Amino acid sequence: MTTSAVQIPEPREITTEPRLSDKVFRGVVTTGGLSSLVVLGLIALFLAYRGFEVIKQEGLGFITHAEWSITLDESANVVDSKFGLSAMLVGTILCSIVAVIIAVPISVFSALFLNFYAPAWMKRILVAIVDMMAAFPSILFGIWGFLVLMPSVEYWAKLINKYLGWIPLFEVKPYFFTRSPFVAGVVLAIMIIPIITSVSREVFAQAPLDRIQAAFALGATRWAMIKAVVIPYGRSGVVGGAMLGLGRAMGETVAVYTVLNIVFQVNWHVLLGAGGNVASLIILKFGEASAYEIKALMAAGLVLFFLTLSVNAIANFIVKRTGKSGR
Amino acid sequence: MIQTPESEKTMSSTTPSSLASVAQAKPERNGTNSAQGTGLETRGIHAWFGKNHVLSDINLDFTAGSVTALIGPSGCGKSTFIRTINRMHEFIPGAAMAGEVLLDGKDVYAPGVDVTKIRLQIGMVFQKPNPFPSMTIGENVLSGLKLAQLKVDNKDDLLEECLVRAGLWTEVKDRLNTHGGSLSGGQQQRLCIARALAVRPQVLLMDEPCSALDPGSTLRIEDTIRELSDTMTIVIVTHNMQQAARVSDYTAFFLSDGGPGEMIEVARTSEIFSQPKDQRTENYVTGRFG
Repeated sequence: MTTSAVQIPEPREITTEPRLSDKVFRGVVTTGGLSSLVVLGLIALFLAYRGFEVIKQEGLGFITHAEWSITLDESANVVDSKFGLSAMLVGTILCSIVAVIIAVPISVFSALFLNFYAPAWMKRILVAIVDMMAAFPSILFGIWGFLVLMPSVEYWAKLINKYLGWIPLFEVKPYFFTRSPFVAGVVLAIMIIPIITSVSREVFAQAPLDRIQAAFALGATRWAMIKAVVIPYGRSGVVGGAMLGLGRAMGETVAVYTVLNIVFQVNWHVLLGAGGNVASLIILKFGEASAYEIKALMAAGLVLFFLTLSVNAIANFIVKRTGKSGR
Repeated sequence: MIQTPESEKTMSSTTPSSLASVAQAKPERNGTNSAQGTGLETRGIHAWFGKNHVLSDINLDFTAGSVTALIGPSGCGKSTFIRTINRMHEFIPGAAMAGEVLLDGKDVYAPGVDVTKIRLQIGMVFQKPNPFPSMTIGENVLSGLKLAQLKVDNKDDLLEECLVRAGLWTEVKDRLNTHGGSLSGGQQQRLCIARALAVRPQVLLMDEPCSALDPGSTLRIEDTIRELSDTMTIVIVTHNMQQAARVSDYTAFFLSDGGPGEMIEVARTSEIFSQPKDQRTENYVTGRFG
């Protein structure tokens, strides 16, 4: 046989013919996966369709103005209307940030305690309680927050104001602390602790045993091991959990509505008893809204929808950027 | 049987005479310190996982400045035994032990003993390389100091010394600030050895340190072990009898016949592979079972 120039062939096209069972399963899974996307898309479309008229009317002012008024004549025609969400958006962000700042450390420490310190029997009980908290109706959080939590939170708020009042964020003028974004944030924090704890606990539990053992074998205390191995490993998961919590806090309606003093005026002073929340605005106005105002509320829903979506996108970006090193 | 000590080193034959020749090919060492009450001794070690009795009555003296290999079939309790020495055994839920581990005459299980100090004196290298991926190569080597909150005057000197002793310095000296994930498996394992050395342990336990590595890396690590053993006590668990013959001064044979693992015999490595006293040891080292 002569070994002259070898003809280099074109790469072959490689195909596989899946079995019937595989095709069926693929169909089922694809349907399931796409249906949630479709539902989400339809909701956005519905909100956009219903709210379009108002957004066109108000323009950018819909998110920059802080007014919500509508005047109707006797035959229910719109005489004048002015819709602006800025106070509600600022309030939403303020409450949610307060909630996340309070909830994340508590949740992370709970998760670490449950995974690395609690005895097995206590862990079982506490995990059940925390999971039950996640399923607790939010109106009860709201009522409890209003009746029980508010007085003590007000006390803390006054303390913060007394010592940190020189920071503009903590300024309170007039001197009125009841039903502030801070109070609402504390109630929200309690509501989102279960979900952040639960997510953190799951990621911490996956911290690789060989690295944990390596740290212990080097003479690490439990806390030193957690700092060196568990937290770097779980950091991105904790951020993800915090974002889930933030999403829930931004969309929370009833509890905030019960606690918060909703005022159509932009208020960045977190301790002052005036605030807003897009979801609470919808429930506040929905009952007696005219047809045109309902459209405005739908538009507000659309804005909230995109706010939540963009927060999640930013969170994903952060997780991708910072998550690698500990894995 | 023709004996060719040098060429046998790289062959995988496991006839007793060839292993014996491998064992005899290296210089004889007795260790530097054989006085009673110094170094590492175990007295009547038993171990359990729940109700399962896995290790029975292990009495072993480890001489400072020597390498002791623990050999035996899977499930005979070798790894459990070395994990009782640095108190890693107790991390497994339901694990229990009895007996004494004496380090310089003091029981490491005595009440009031600071277990983190024990683990600083008795270092460990695991089967699977496990560097910390969130740290750079340099940080990995010095991680033990941080974890145990130890202070040293000159970190750079210590870093270089440990990497040199682990045989990794020339390969990584230009990238100490990069992450350890880019290293090969063998390099990662040597990084783990360097990390264990940085806290200056008196004893180094190695649990099948080469079983996940290629032959080249294995030989590299075996050289490292021989060099390290001048200054410390090394206990190595291995499934590779060639390796036991190549690196160890003493060999202990463990066996479980259905019940808890026991130590059948311990002797100079050359004796274990040439004239074992127990028939079961001979069967094992000649490859008749296990």
